[in-house]
Amino acid sequence: MLQGWVIAVTSFAYLGLLFAIAYYADKRADAGRSVIASPYIYSLSLAVYATAWTFYGSVGRAASDGVGFLPIYIGPTLMIALWWVVMRKILRISKENRITSLADFIAARYGKSALIGGAVTVIAVIGILPYISLQLKAVSNGFLILTQYPEIVMPAKFGAVPLMQDTALWVALILALFTIAFGTRHLDAAEHHEGMVAAIAFESLVKLLAFLAVGVYVTFVVYDGFGDVFERAAASPALAPILTPLEGVAGSYSSWVWLTILSMLAIMFLPRQFQVAVIENKDERHLSKAIWLFPLYMLAINAFVLPIAIGGRLQFPLGIVDADTYVLTIPMAGREELLALLVFIGGLSAATGMVIVETIALSTMVCNDLVMPVLLRMKSLRLTERPDLTGLLLGIRRGAIVLLLLLGYLYFRLAGEAYALVSIGLISFAAVAQFAPAALGGIFWKGGTRRGALAGLVAGFLVWSYALLLPALARSGWLPIGLLERGPWDIELLKPLALFGLQGLDQITHAMIWSMVANVGAYVAVSLAGSPSAEETRQASLFVDVFRRSGDAGGARFWRGKASAPDLRNLLVRFVGAEAADGAFAAYARARGLAWPREPLPADAGLVHHVETQLAGTIGAASARIMVAAVVKEEALSLEEVRTILGEASQVVMYSLQLEQKSRELEAATAGLRAANERLKDLDRLKDDFLSTVTHELRTPLTSIRAFTEILNQEPDIGVAQRQRFLGIVTKETERLTRLINQVLDLAKIESGRADWHESRVDMREVVADAASAMGQVFQERGIRVELKLPERVRAVSADLDRMTQVMQNLLSNAVKFCSPGDGHVEIELCEQAGWLRVDVRDNGPGVAPRDREVIFDKFHQVGDTLTEKPQGTGLGLPISRHIVEHHGGRIWVQAGAPGAHGSAGACFSFTLPLLRDAALEEAA
Amino acid sequence: MGRRILIAEDEPNIVTSLEFLMRKCEYEVCVARDGEEALEQIEAFRPHLVLLDVMLPRKSVFEVCRRVREDPRCEAIRIVMLSARGRDKEIAKGLALGADAYVTKPFSTRDLVAKVRELLPESV
Repeated sequence: MLQGWVIAVTSFAYLGLLFAIAYYADKRADAGRSVIASPYIYSLSLAVYATAWTFYGSVGRAASDGVGFLPIYIGPTLMIALWWVVMRKILRISKENRITSLADFIAARYGKSALIGGAVTVIAVIGILPYISLQLKAVSNGFLILTQYPEIVMPAKFGAVPLMQDTALWVALILALFTIAFGTRHLDAAEHHEGMVAAIAFESLVKLLAFLAVGVYVTFVVYDGFGDVFERAAASPALAPILTPLEGVAGSYSSWVWLTILSMLAIMFLPRQFQVAVIENKDERHLSKAIWLFPLYMLAINAFVLPIAIGGRLQFPLGIVDADTYVLTIPMAGREELLALLVFIGGLSAATGMVIVETIALSTMVCNDLVMPVLLRMKSLRLTERPDLTGLLLGIRRGAIVLLLLLGYLYFRLAGEAYALVSIGLISFAAVAQFAPAALGGIFWKGGTRRGALAGLVAGFLVWSYALLLPALARSGWLPIGLLERGPWDIELLKPLALFGLQGLDQITHAMIWSMVANVGAYVAVSLAGSPSAEETRQASLFVDVFRRSGDAGGARFWRGKASAPDLRNLLVRFVGAEAADGAFAAYARARGLAWPREPLPADAGLVHHVETQLAGTIGAASARIMVAAVVKEEALSLEEVRTILGEASQVVMYSLQLEQKSRELEAATAGLRAANERLKDLDRLKDDFLSTVTHELRTPLTSIRAFTEILNQEPDIGVAQRQRFLGIVTKETERLTRLINQVLDLAKIESGRADWHESRVDMREVVADAASAMGQVFQERGIRVELKLPERVRAVSADLDRMTQVMQNLLSNAVKFCSPGDGHVEIELCEQAGWLRVDVRDNGPGVAPRDREVIFDKFHQVGDTLTEKPQGTGLGLPISRHIVEHHGGRIWVQAGAPGAHGSAGACFSFTLPLLRDAALEEAA
Repeated sequence: MGRRILIAEDEPNIVTSLEFLMRKCEYEVCVARDGEEALEQIEAFRPHLVLLDVMLPRKSVFEVCRRVREDPRCEAIRIVMLSARGRDKEIAKGLALGADAYVTKPFSTRDLVAKVRELLPESV
């Protein structure tokens, strides 16, 4: 069933499906209803990271190194956690400057330098070629192996196949056509490829499902679950080593660390990753979901790698079947035709996804940053005068795509045989890692200059070529192998695999260490040695401070010169077409409240900047600058002027920060005022309650006084005895009134803190005895038995003597009031307790209910309960006592006293006062 | 025939004055010291008029009024509320509870007597 044509037709049908998805997504995008504006699609499109390398190569690596395949996936997982800091900044910068590619990004940062853009493009193209060749190798191998079904035969050596019969060449050409159809059907003003992103997201699903299907097949159908697979591996002496982590990899720990770092950089700076993560990003908030979704994808696609690798090793003797093909050959050996076909399609997905995005990204770079700047400078071509350049741009891109794939094929023919898939991919990773210093340095460090960036890129790339590319060519027989073994001109120190004697590391780690030393060293040293130009200074500020300034004002402030609006419009028309150009002009006019085209637009710095950014979206920052410079007369700003503008800008930023600070302070103050107002309202209510209660308390004695004086006044014939009685009542009520007024004033004075306190050394025994004897008359009248339990001597306290007497009198009169009538009994006890002096006043009255024990110390505690209970006394004695005791640092409370004679609970009022600490000493002295 | 008046008030001295004033007018007087007692006395003593303090202990004035107004036998009972709180709101509340008059403390003895006389016409 698996004849060549079946596989070919299935493959084309699959590619057709992809195309349909892309077409649909493009149509939706044109209609303004984007299908890719979702964090899930965004995360899936990031999974273009997983290529044929992951799909086939991870198993191959795992079959020899065990978990050695993992750093490539740990790196991105770590890196994506930092994206909220790093990637969000890159996204913001790219959106504000209409960045079209990685090369454009780095070039724009260093003064829109065409040279830097070109250098980045060249490095990217050369660096990525091995990676593209890897995909071609994987797809053509997969095809060749599958067509041999049911036999399992490894494909012949490539050199042996005539060119026109080489499947890889046909794969390259088909993919080139397909990519052209995908990415260069028309010219998008912002390099957005919605259809492509939708197709890529779909492919990410397909390859994941295919891989999981094989994984489940191997683990649960061929074997009996994970446990079974790993037990068999552990039992086999040949396989046991791959279960030990870090075994077998040369310089294993440093290798792990460097591979992790390498892949951390790759996820940022592979051109295709930059394309999907930055250029195609619809909303920077999608990052927050991608931060956990993408690692989840990585986990899922790696879960079955080890079981498949072990399964392959167990199934096929070493050396006959290439471990890179286990994913395909295990289902074939099990005669699972459909599964094998699904795997092939999964591998095709992984490979095409990578090739499409990578070549589109690279072709944009080749066109905008390599070819156009050169063409535009060639005065003889008179390009700047041609009316329509869109055709030329598309032509360059299409050519670049074909060229890239053919070069990838060439590398495959030249060097593809010598390495496993993973090793080929790592060479590309190491190449794009060279962009990291210039790019990351560029967004966090204003000091990086154009010369520094260029020096770093070139130095890093040279070391990479020498330590990685050259050995690859030598191993494939294109350069003498002696170059590797003895070094050029037999100089040991220059051996490409052991530069300056650095040995014992694997090839990638070795190359990474030296290229990073060269790259970072040159970047920092040259940057520090020189000084940036005006253009560089302004771009550095636009990049590094992107979060501190607002969008549009950024670039325009730096321009001064003469221009004409029609010229600018014509320029834009040539690159983006009349419709898009008029749209851009209309948008600009609308933002300024002008009715263009009826009213002319002032050709000022703002318009020039607007046109330049529009243009940059199509041809990149560097080319756009050249084009705009051709139609306007610009007066160059001196470095000094740029610095002044930047200084003003940072002052504005500072003012705005201060304003924000002020407004925050105001908000806080408002909140404070609101709280204070609430508190005041509460206090006001309390005051109202208090006043109303006091008034009530005052009216009661007044009522009696008035009633009796009127009676006495109006009834002349009252008997003497009755007259005496009524007058007595008036006197008593007057006294009550006076007492009440005094207590209210007293309490107010204490509460407001205006009371005078005369503290002295007080012996509480005397206070208690005096208070008791002062009340002696009352006790006697009511027949109350008083018992004093005073120790021989107590330590002194520091207190206001009169106030303490007041407290005692309050407590004693309370006791009198509530004592069991007839056989009243009051007991006063004084004792010392661990640094405190304690006074207890017990009565044998009804006691205080537990729920009331706290509230009776409140002013007129009956306030909330006026309808049911009549106040006893003034209701102020206990609150005043509490204030006094607490002022002295003590505590006052009430509890149940000793049960009274007739079963009444009795109350025990107690208070404590701190003993003078030195009192004992003084007395001893 | 003698008219009966119940004085429901817990301040002894005010009770004394009220008692004196009512006796002086030749009413039959009975005293209740709290709300509970007031209800009992209304039942037992069957007064024609109650001088009712609004802040009696043990039973709220609200409760007393409600019970009196619900009982058809007590329909004719006049209630004069005595209160130390004289704000309009409280007066309205007292009248809403079913009081026939509302007197604020301290009161004028002459006015109070006049009000009681007005509510208890001699010839019925």
